Amino acid sequence: MTILVIAEHDQQTLKSATLNTVAAAVKIGGDIHLLVAGAACAAAAAQAATLQGVTKVLVVDAPQYAAQTAESLAALVVASAGGYSHILAPATTFGKNVLPRVAALLDVAQISEITAVESADTFVRPIYAGNAMATVQSADAVKVITVRTTAFDAVASGNSAPVEALAAAAESGATQLLGRELTKSERPELGAAKIIVSGGRGLGSGENYHKLLEPLADKLGAALGASRAAVDAGFVPNDYQVGQTGKVVAPQLYVAVGISGAIQHLAGMKDSKVIVAINKDPDAPIFQVADYGLVADLFETVPQLESALG
Amino acid sequence: MKILVPVKRVVDYNVKVRVKADGSGVDLANVKMSMNPFDEIAVEEAVRLKEAGIASEVVAVSCGPAACQETLRTAMAIGADRGILVETDVELQPLAVAKLLKALCDKEQPQLVVCGKQAIDDDANQTGQMLAALAGWPQATFASKVVVAEGKATVTREIDGGLETLQFPLPAVVTTDLRLNEPRYATLPNIMKAKKKPLDTVKPEDLAVDVAPRLKTLKVVEPAKRSAGVKVADVAELVNKLKNEAKVI
Ligand SMILES: Cc1cc2nc3c(=O)[nH]c(=O)nc-3n(C[C@H](O)[C@H](O)[C@H](O)COP(=O)(O)OP(=O)(O)OC[C@H]3O[C@@H](n4cnc5c(N)ncnc54)[C@H](O)[C@@H]3O)c2cc1C
Ligand SMILES: Nc1ncnc2c1ncn2[C@@H]1O[C@H](COP(=O)(O)O)[C@@H](O)[C@H]1O
Repeated sequence: MTILVIAEHDQQTLKSATLNTVAAAVKIGGDIHLLVAGAACAAAAAQAATLQGVTKVLVVDAPQYAAQTAESLAALVVASAGGYSHILAPATTFGKNVLPRVAALLDVAQISEITAVESADTFVRPIYAGNAMATVQSADAVKVITVRTTAFDAVASGNSAPVEALAAAAESGATQLLGRELTKSERPELGAAKIIVSGGRGLGSGENYHKLLEPLADKLGAALGASRAAVDAGFVPNDYQVGQTGKVVAPQLYVAVGISGAIQHLAGMKDSKVIVAINKDPDAPIFQVADYGLVADLFETVPQLESALG
Repeated sequence: MKILVPVKRVVDYNVKVRVKADGSGVDLANVKMSMNPFDEIAVEEAVRLKEAGIASEVVAVSCGPAACQETLRTAMAIGADRGILVETDVELQPLAVAKLLKALCDKEQPQLVVCGKQAIDDDANQTGQMLAALAGWPQATFASKVVVAEGKATVTREIDGGLETLQFPLPAVVTTDLRLNEPRYATLPNIMKAKKKPLDTVKPEDLAVDVAPRLKTLKVVEPAKRSAGVKVADVAELVNKLKNEAKVI
């Protein structure tokens, strides 16, 4: 049994989600090949070789993979797919974009966002915003799977797997990348942060969000997140959204400020180790999942909390 | 230009589903059903393209049991011109839906398919991408802005790090994210008008598509319960608990 894992990277370094995805592959068992497809991606490939559990790194370095479009990557993966029992990618916007295309071209189902491996053909995945967990078995020859990164601890480094260069696939896509607007931040990445401070509509404005939550996040060394309502209202960019249809996070500490705790928000954070909620409404559903709830006005308590942290 | 919009009938987003005691699935008896919220956004976007004179016809498609007619009527009340029901009682998985949609695309020849990014019941996030693959078309998932001009689409996508903009020739598949638009409420006159719009029914066999499920659900259970914690009196108690009890700061 050999598993192909598709690496998510920015040409220089692997995204941390790749490390969790390799961990899921380790749980399935067998040889693990890590595919790094990119343009001038030698640095990412070198890092890939250090990951524990990886038996071989496959590098495809060609200009057509600079934009990481689903069309080009899926064509490449399908061309390289012969002989693999499983094809895995992280359940990030990257993996969710590419992998269903791969599955359809192979005429197999995709198993989305697995949270546990029961056996080589049986996996657990959340449905209905995580209100139910389904155990599903695949009869397909190749199992195409996206992995919920918070459910698998990242593999360590220290390995030195062989690196093999592969040829690019015939270019099929007519898609052009016109540009990217990436959110710049000195803070930890939301998906990999140990502590997250998250704000909702209760903050009232983007100005309040930044004025109140940034100093708190600075003290805690935390990443910043948000509810959908806060993103829709333009307090913060879309990539801050935590939830069923945003990012799924599971930090050591999640501080929810002015967030009511709708099902869709809980879906993205209820596996956090410790949850703190600050909300002035004692009946807010967020308190049903919070380890420590503070019923209070956030405009008073957040600055107090920030100064109490010294 | 014709636009095809696949709309799924799902449990309403306000409902917190319950797992059946025998572990066979979730309890759907007497549960409110609605159009998948992302599909409402998709219909709205297609109707806006029509109102802007860019699209000529908006066709809504739903695959599933007869009750999906309701979902199609909702789409038509928002402004879709007609509906197609692919009727089956078989449990449909995304690959099967994508194949049905591909067969309909062969018949209807739309220039654009606008899907939701994700159905909020199976949370699969697959169908649009699969359809694009089967049709050999470009795709733009998680769209927050769509511009169509001169046979091309320019789409801004919500990605984990921020936004990216792609441009590609039509035909193509776009899947909607939450911030693409705010769907209108269907007015009573439009709901009445929708009742008179054409609604065709076909069967998967008519489209020569094998819809047999590929994944077997062995069991469905409740997620691990989180026990509600404690309320703290003030910030000092909170900090003390975080430091000395939870030991997370
Ligand atoms: C298809 C779909 C997908 C969705 N996906 C997501 C998702 O991924 N993530 C997500 O978060 N949501 C998602 N939602 C939206 C979700 O249903 C809720 O609408 C949203 O989470 C509410 O955000 P909120 O808690 O910030 O706002 P609200 O529900 O308005 O809550 C604001 C809270 O702030 C409190 N508050 C107000 N003022 C103060 C104050 N001064 N001090 C203290 N507390 C105060 C209030 O008591 C209230 O509880 C989705 C919805 C749909 C339909
Ligand atoms: N049974 C269905 N009928 C019509 N459209 C569907 C159906 N299932 C999925 N879709 C479309 O595909 C999108 C993504 O669904 P999924 O891949 O199941 O998360 C939905 O938002 C719909 O636009």
